[in-house]
Amino acid sequence: MITEFDEPIVRFENVGLRYGLGPEVLQDVSFSLDPGAFHFLIGESGAGKSSLLKLIYLALRPTRGLISLFGKDIATTPREQLPALRRRVGVVFQEFKLLNHLSAFDNVALPLRVAGVKRKDVNRHVAELLAWVGLKDHMKARPPTLSGGQQQRVAIARAVISRPRLLLADEPTGNVDDTMGYRLIHLFEELNKLGTTVIIATHNQQLVERLGYTQLRLDDGQFSVIPGRKQKAPPSEGRAQTAVETGKSTNSAADSRIDTEDTFRNPPNVENFL
Amino acid sequence: MILASRSDLPLDKDEHSRFLPWLIAFMVFLSILAVAGMLVLNATASRWDAGVRGTLTVQVVPSADAADDEARLNEVLTVLATSPEIAKYDAMDEARLIRLLEPWVGAAAGSADLPLPRLIDVELKPATDLTAAGLRKRLDVRVKGVTIDDHRVWLDRLVRMIETFEALALVVLLFIVLATIGTVVFTTRTGLAIHRDAIEVLHLIGAQDNYIARQFAGRALGLGVKGGILGLCLAAPTLWGLAHLAQSLDERLLPDIGFGPVHWALLLALPISVALIAMSTAKITVLRNLAQML
Repeated sequence: MITEFDEPIVRFENVGLRYGLGPEVLQDVSFSLDPGAFHFLIGESGAGKSSLLKLIYLALRPTRGLISLFGKDIATTPREQLPALRRRVGVVFQEFKLLNHLSAFDNVALPLRVAGVKRKDVNRHVAELLAWVGLKDHMKARPPTLSGGQQQRVAIARAVISRPRLLLADEPTGNVDDTMGYRLIHLFEELNKLGTTVIIATHNQQLVERLGYTQLRLDDGQFSVIPGRKQKAPPSEGRAQTAVETGKSTNSAADSRIDTEDTFRNPPNVENFL
Repeated sequence: MILASRSDLPLDKDEHSRFLPWLIAFMVFLSILAVAGMLVLNATASRWDAGVRGTLTVQVVPSADAADDEARLNEVLTVLATSPEIAKYDAMDEARLIRLLEPWVGAAAGSADLPLPRLIDVELKPATDLTAAGLRKRLDVRVKGVTIDDHRVWLDRLVRMIETFEALALVVLLFIVLATIGTVVFTTRTGLAIHRDAIEVLHLIGAQDNYIARQFAGRALGLGVKGGILGLCLAAPTLWGLAHLAQSLDERLLPDIGFGPVHWALLLALPISVALIAMSTAKITVLRNLAQML
């Protein structure tokens, strides 16, 4: 029997995208990502990396072709079901997109609040995660008062707080120095080991070569896959489906997030990377 | 509860919505005056209607012969006394007639040269089918020179006029509601434009449209309640002043019109209604706008 977890996380079939009447920025993109995959999305500036990510996190619709996310065809999925899909995707935006009027704590808490998680559970999880990413003393700070690296960590914490099945990061190392860049990538690797599928868009070829994961390459809108030297292990077994993923706000939401809590309480040496 | 809910959007910092409570206050003020006017007119029409409904005035037209006039009056009274549909009747004496005429003709009212008709106030029993025409037919058989006035002609004109004013007040109320809706729609759309980036973030992290719309609706309700209270504070002394003015007028010109608990409840419901309209309008506006997003 094929379960939800056996299906590709993302599947593109002959996807094309153009803005208005302009040329196609993406042409005939076809690929499929299995659960637990770790890929780099590479290409020159303007090659279409951000556009591809926007298609995946449902900020854009393709001009043609088929996109399915968690086994659901986006074109035929009713609009009211899209938020539930989006809750299963964590996004680290290139420009962070933090809400400047909210504290670091409230920014990270947003995904849980929109999912209807109880305040008590929100407070606990967010405090734990912020402490985990080394921002324990900056919980009340607003983004404009934080450094670029600290803002980056808030953005990453917001992306992973709901334990997404798919994590997308757009140039996550673009605003930090090399050392911090490698630390962030290691954080994503640790999350990947816990079962999260990861796509990192970057133009840092040195970083990509050094880590050796499969590359999704975009060249002037043309898509190709360059196999990496690292073979990915299958994702962790018995992964619980969280309330955030299903879009339900029930009392059992917090209970079903125990795995997340344990992960954050006993991070596998991740703190050292930050 | 919605007022106490936290907001992810900094709607309370929006400069453009600061004027909204005052606009709503003016709307509430005008709507309270319009509804109060409607209630007063309605009460006046009802009182006038109740005052003359089922009453007739029989007039014995004076002739040159006073004795004949008296005989005809007695004949009329006899017919009235034997009519089962009539609850009571009262023949006005000459002194009362002169008093009624004095404001119009002055000292000439008591002059012997001015022939005075004899008037009889008739009150019909409730639910009777006797009409002015029916009574006239009955009287014509026994006595000549009698006219009957059932007050309907002038009352109908007055009631029609009052109904026109009431309709006008209703139209004013409708315009006020439309203006309130338009203002809230404009304010909400401006808010959506200002917070577009934050809304996009909420949207992308999986917020349902309702989650975002609730924040705008809560803000609009808060501003609406504030405006409603302000409007009520403006309208209360105005109404009190008008009531005071009305009381000082001759009560024959304007009958005493007291507002009952239902009327006061209706007036108090206006600011609440306006606040709820503001809330619903904001919510619908946001939902419609968000529906255009992916």
